[in-house]
Amino acid sequence: MKTEELIPAQEFCTHHQIDLSFIYSLTDAGLIQTIRREESVFVPVNEISNLEKLVRLYELDINVEGIETITYLLQKIDDMQQHIIRLSNQLRMYEEVTQEVL
Amino acid sequence: MEFIDYYKILELDKNASAEEIKKAYRRLARKLHPDLNPKDKEAHKKFQQVNEANEVLSDPEKRKKYDQYGKDWTHAEQFEKQRQSQNQSRYAGREPFSEETEGDFSSFFESIFGNSSGRSKAKFKGQDYQGELNLSLAEAMETHQQIFVVNGKNIRITVPAGVENGQVINVKGHGAPGVNGGPAGDLYITFNINNHTTIKRSGNDLYTMAIIDLYTALLGGDITIDLLNEKIKLKVKPETQNGTKVRLKGKGFPVYKKEGEKGDLYITYEIRLPTNLSDREKALFTELSKLSKATP
Repeated sequence: MKTEELIPAQEFCTHHQIDLSFIYSLTDAGLIQTIRREESVFVPVNEISNLEKLVRLYELDINVEGIETITYLLQKIDDMQQHIIRLSNQLRMYEEVTQEVL
Repeated sequence: MEFIDYYKILELDKNASAEEIKKAYRRLARKLHPDLNPKDKEAHKKFQQVNEANEVLSDPEKRKKYDQYGKDWTHAEQFEKQRQSQNQSRYAGREPFSEETEGDFSSFFESIFGNSSGRSKAKFKGQDYQGELNLSLAEAMETHQQIFVVNGKNIRITVPAGVENGQVINVKGHGAPGVNGGPAGDLYITFNINNHTTIKRSGNDLYTMAIIDLYTALLGGDITIDLLNEKIKLKVKPETQNGTKVRLKGKGFPVYKKEGEKGDLYITYEIRLPTNLSDREKALFTELSKLSKATP
């Protein structure tokens, strides 16, 4: 059986000097995944770097709604960049074919 | 060493209140923060400047010292000589906000306030590094390892099969170290895939041309195609027309991060007619021609 590596949310909040309610808000907004075990909330280790990034945004006085919007827009930018790359590669292929024909 | 106008950086005038400084810093930090501008070196550099300006102007003691220093800046040369004699010209010749500072404060800052004493603990992510990796189409077809040298350190990265030209992968934590305990930046590697073959790639599909002779086109037969890392055997149907396209499912390019999955391979047949016919061949073709005209 695979062992899950979990960090108690309270410990994370103490270390970063943030309120536990911030973690709950991020979880409710679907920005991070937490695990509840026997009345305690844990953050999986693979979520820590994402959570730390969200904390840094929070420290810039951006509220959870703002963080949610930023995350969505950054994802959208990333998707668009991928799309541009695919289109550029297709265009490059057609340009090569045209050059060969000419 | 140039004088740095911290007020200008924060877009403030010299009489700005502490509250105005705080607001200006927050506004610019939200605009330029590395987490909000991934891969943007310019934004990162400006963020460092904003951070440094805030470090000075938000601290009344530092601000007072800076204002005094700014006023006396016309005597900077004299001031600098004095400092050099005290400090073995440690920072001389360095550009303010040069990349050599690697996420730290500028030489200008350090010449006034010393190395790191009295700093507040505002932590932020280190600078992201950008790199490029050139691969051939054949190399991009196989998952393999490459060594990347960053600041003299060898970083072994796994290049997954199926990477696209222009695709960027993020190697977390291999950028510049973070400041005041902030996380290290990331290393972004852009793949340049050079294709010097006649094979064309579109997404996960490959397109190529197979030249077949007249007899194989008419009577059918087996041909072999060289496809980057492998040879593919193919049966040509009798009476194949010039320009016929065939699709070989699952013989194309590997799908990125989907092991075992591949796109399709499209082959277009180009029929080459025989040249330099012998008398015997001419006679046989003439006979065929007559036969063809006679047959309705």
